[in-house]
Amino acid sequence: MRLTVAPLAIEAVHLSKKYPGGTTAAEDISFEVSAGEVFGLVGPNGAGKTTTLRILITVLGPSGGTARVLGMDVVKDATKVRQAIGYVPQERAIDRFLTGREHLELLASLYHLPKAEAAGRIQEVLALVGLEHKADEVARNYSGGMKRKLDIACGLIPAPKVLFMDEPTLGLDVESRLKIWAHVRELKARGITILLTTNYLDEADQLCDRIAIIDAGRVKAVGSPGELKSSLGGDVVTLTLAQSDLGKVEALAQALKSLPGVRAVSTKQNLLDIRVASPEASLPAILGAVNTHGCHLEFVDYHRPRLDDVFLAYAGRRIKEE
Amino acid sequence: MEMYLQEVGALTMRWVKRLSREKFSMLFTLFQPMVFWLIFFGNLFQRTANTEVVQAPNYISFLAAGVVVMTILNNGLAGGVDLLFDKENGFLERLMSTPISRTSVIMSRFVFVMTITSLQVLVILGVAYLFGVRPVTGFGGIVVIVLIGLLFGVGLTAISMALAFSVKSHGDFFSMLGFLSLPMILLSTALVPMSAMPGWMAALAKLNPMTWAIDAIRPLILTGWAAALPKLGIVVIVMAVFDTICLWGASRAFRKTLG
Repeated sequence: MRLTVAPLAIEAVHLSKKYPGGTTAAEDISFEVSAGEVFGLVGPNGAGKTTTLRILITVLGPSGGTARVLGMDVVKDATKVRQAIGYVPQERAIDRFLTGREHLELLASLYHLPKAEAAGRIQEVLALVGLEHKADEVARNYSGGMKRKLDIACGLIPAPKVLFMDEPTLGLDVESRLKIWAHVRELKARGITILLTTNYLDEADQLCDRIAIIDAGRVKAVGSPGELKSSLGGDVVTLTLAQSDLGKVEALAQALKSLPGVRAVSTKQNLLDIRVASPEASLPAILGAVNTHGCHLEFVDYHRPRLDDVFLAYAGRRIKEE
Repeated sequence: MEMYLQEVGALTMRWVKRLSREKFSMLFTLFQPMVFWLIFFGNLFQRTANTEVVQAPNYISFLAAGVVVMTILNNGLAGGVDLLFDKENGFLERLMSTPISRTSVIMSRFVFVMTITSLQVLVILGVAYLFGVRPVTGFGGIVVIVLIGLLFGVGLTAISMALAFSVKSHGDFFSMLGFLSLPMILLSTALVPMSAMPGWMAALAKLNPMTWAIDAIRPLILTGWAAALPKLGIVVIVMAVFDTICLWGASRAFRKTLG
């Protein structure tokens, strides 16, 4: 149970976005983000995460539903919302002919900061992302990771209470990813509410206090990664059968479902995902059933539920299947 | 109002900085291909062109007004290119997520393109001067020529920005520009006077706002205020209509993209 004492930073109520021509990018999206939380919109490409985020940052009008950021309506009070939030876009939205500092100076002017305050803020965000020594170099010479740092610095210029990050580590190498994660944690520690989108489940697991699983434009589940994992009820045993046993998969799945301690079985070609209360108790019976059906095992895997199991359970497919 | 000026000022300075970082681009922007029309085309046809037909002491002095307006045309039509790239790489969305007036980005582009166009018109007139073209209306005439350029340029830049916001890819944008600009030039009085055109081309040229801009600028260079004044009256009306249509159409495209 989540206590609702913390004030809401973001509130999405039945948001939808339909385009003329019939494409529906988002349908009936509802969730709440408390102040100080890191909240993740998790799903594959094209799921509607970015559409939802663009509505929340006021650059896209919803076709239905409402949304509030810090209590302000994203349509009616759009300008006030813009003043209060920061945005880190998905693309490296960088002007390669400008220096890092010039990006920040431009944004400071667009947020109407007085000169002295702007100078201080710019020093502060450059130090925070560790870009001081490269601040006066044109962005053309920046590496991918440095561009991402500049993106984040730009998002912090308004000293936002809520920061929106679209796929913050997409396409980055491992080292840069870890640095960006560290920045996100640092910002959370400073009390900034963060909403991020990601299609990396490990990122959601590592960074987010709570997540919304989104697929095909709809919210499939909302909760903390821990809650969602335990909601699956039990650990996962995955059997990989020999290709020659493809025809026996269904019969075996039926037999497994009737075993005591087995909660659910799902199949995909020669793979069986079996949810069990206790693997120690169920494994002998499972292997017994495999033998009675004359199936040949290629691989057995047992693990505690991971976020990709959660995604599979709620969205009906694995996130990397596209 | 003060906020608006801060926004537009900062955004305009960005365009200036971009231009100054690209040294070659800056050079080619100021001494752009239009200069070649004046120097090469002008000199090439110097002896072929009949001074009775063009009603000028020589072809270059006739052509000068045409090249001035061709410069305005090219600049205006290319005015949206940078916004197109901003749209494609997400920079525009970053700008629109800030609490700026929805018109600031567009306004900064107008200010920048109009400034560059005015400088280019002066460069063209300067090159023409080197080939002996002396505007008979003097300094006052040059000021009026720049003002006509601004009137025509606003509408063109608006079309270009609207196109930049509406097209699916930048390939579409550039092929449409290429498609527009040559007929605009050939179906105008830039290269030959209307009296020398086949009837059907002259009829089309009359519908081309570029013709009216050229016909107002040409007497400022060749004949004098008395001949120019009635043409100036007409060009103000034509441009008022042209700009109204362009800005109206463009504002619809802007609202669709920028909200």
